[in-house]
Amino acid sequence: MSTQTKDEGLYDYALREPRLPAPENRENDRIGIPTEARLEMYEMQQLLRQFEKRAYDLFLQNLVKGTSHLSLGQEAVATGFGLAMKPDDFTFATYRGHAHTLARGADPGPVLAELLGRENGILKGKGGSMHLTSVEHGMMGSYAIIGAHLTIANGAAWSARMRGTDQVAVCFFGDGTTNIGAFHEALNLAAIWDLPVVFVCENNLWMEYTPIDLITAVANPAADRAASYGLESIVVDGNDADAVYQIAGQVIQRARRGEGPSLVEAQTYREQGHSRADPAKYRPPAEVQAWKERDPIPMYHERLLRLGVPEGDLSTIQQDVARRVDEATEFAKGGAMPGEEHLLTDVWADGGSAWRN
Amino acid sequence: MAELTYRNAVAYGIAQEMRRDPSLVMLGEDIAGAGGVFKTTVGLVEQFGPDRIRDTPISEQAILGAAMGAAMTGVPVIAEIMFSDFIAVCFDLLANEIAKSRYMTGGQVTIPIVVRTANGGGSRFGAQHSQSVENWVMMIPGLKVVAPSTPLDVIGLLAASIRDPDPVVFLEHKSLMADKQDIPEGEILDELGVARVVREGTDCTIAALALMVPRALEAADRLEDQGISAEVIDVRTLVPLDTQTILGSVSKTSRLFTVEENPRLCGWGAEIASIVADEVFWDLDGPVVRITTPHIPLPAAEALEDMAIPSVDRITETVTKRMG
Repeated sequence: MSTQTKDEGLYDYALREPRLPAPENRENDRIGIPTEARLEMYEMQQLLRQFEKRAYDLFLQNLVKGTSHLSLGQEAVATGFGLAMKPDDFTFATYRGHAHTLARGADPGPVLAELLGRENGILKGKGGSMHLTSVEHGMMGSYAIIGAHLTIANGAAWSARMRGTDQVAVCFFGDGTTNIGAFHEALNLAAIWDLPVVFVCENNLWMEYTPIDLITAVANPAADRAASYGLESIVVDGNDADAVYQIAGQVIQRARRGEGPSLVEAQTYREQGHSRADPAKYRPPAEVQAWKERDPIPMYHERLLRLGVPEGDLSTIQQDVARRVDEATEFAKGGAMPGEEHLLTDVWADGGSAWRN
Repeated sequence: MAELTYRNAVAYGIAQEMRRDPSLVMLGEDIAGAGGVFKTTVGLVEQFGPDRIRDTPISEQAILGAAMGAAMTGVPVIAEIMFSDFIAVCFDLLANEIAKSRYMTGGQVTIPIVVRTANGGGSRFGAQHSQSVENWVMMIPGLKVVAPSTPLDVIGLLAASIRDPDPVVFLEHKSLMADKQDIPEGEILDELGVARVVREGTDCTIAALALMVPRALEAADRLEDQGISAEVIDVRTLVPLDTQTILGSVSKTSRLFTVEENPRLCGWGAEIASIVADEVFWDLDGPVVRITTPHIPLPAAEALEDMAIPSVDRITETVTKRMG
């Protein structure tokens, strides 16, 4: 360390000043959320955590192929929004979409089977980790090239209005997405058309391997851009499911009432690297440690204890979730590899792929 | 029976389909109040209102994204991209999202979109507003590609594209806009994936698309004077591709020429040449010859643009020489 100069911090990001989380807001204990809903959110966060850990374990066993982007540390965002949505609302997510798919109620078995490339996968093995979709649960897709899906979420919101429903589209993306053109095209169109869409930036401070503040003109990559589109600047503690649930309810209801789009910046942190190939050694150790101490799940566990939920109830939930994840694992491992009969199907609506007679 | 221009046929076809399906909507730049920069959507906003004919910002990604999101949630959409060159600005939406989502999701989503766009040269607009981009879109699995050459085909193929549950790129040729044709009364509906023999002949087959069709027909007239009987095929849709009509014609005439406005490399004719070589090689009496725009960005000057794009003279001379 002694031989390193200040300039090295410009590219050796581990030497930079750590960006620390805001302290936990104990006042959020008093947000008026029924205990039943809080237990649901505890269970969902446990499911997302245990599922992602299992996905990682299965990768280490060489059963999960390709790449995968885990939501470890970011579970509270998917959980809070997931609970605030109605079953026929629409979710759009990025390649980091396992949590958002499960949070809409998709069965973990077929989701895990998809990661394993099996025939019983939720996409029949054709999409993989980065394209999880479950239309029956309103999960309209995971889009792996950032930006585009914000514009697609607009279309779903536009369609809801044309069809006369009160459906809302909720679109999740990372901080890195705020610097691509489609983000700005989408925000502008949503604003001028007053669309029932909610854009949720999960700001985990790192655009892949680069600190977002180094490459963004404003401090809060989403919230500080909101004014450009006539929207309110909203920042929420993305590691506190109650805070997320509260703001989600507000912005979703606003959209449902026909009062237009919102842009929410949820501040959070990914516990691991960008993708499975990334050990994430480029981050200041003090930063990683500070955010680990603000891990959303132990924090939520403590809150529930403070609110009088018995430890035993929480242990039971954890164990139930562990059993579900074990069952999902067995389901996925038991799936066959997709056969050749699937290769040429589902390019066209007629089920086939013929391009000539 | 009414005479319509190619330009008016676009609005005519859209109006026919909007009357049939009240859920169908359209969006694009300058399409409502202005009636489109090529005047292909004149009168539609007056008939169907600004909720169904929507002006957008200059945001091609936002246009195709909104189209996709609406289409995959139950609202069929026509999206206009003003010039086909601008497809490059929203290629991610077209190539990666719209084209691939059905396959990637194991068939969970259906995306009934028609992307209408003004394609091709002849307007002296230079290299960024004159390209023939059919090869850009033809190479993407999951997109259908249509390029009509007559007003009647504009209506019939547009109707077929709109009713098709899959994404279709519909290429309207800028230099055909003023062409006129009598249009019969009643509903007009054609079929994708069907090429048309527009002139019968016995000595060679000339396969052409869009603006190249009338040029190939005029060349065939001149060839007739020289004693060469050319059969001309209007390919009409590149995906799905009616190879049987082409293969049948080549088996009969034993020679094939393609006339393509796209720059040379990977033009649609190369795929047809490959299929012909593979499947009816022994019926051929000579090489398959591609007549294309050279592999250059299209120049603006009238004299240069006319040299670049296959002309009646070049088609006639090439066929004469290579048949000799």
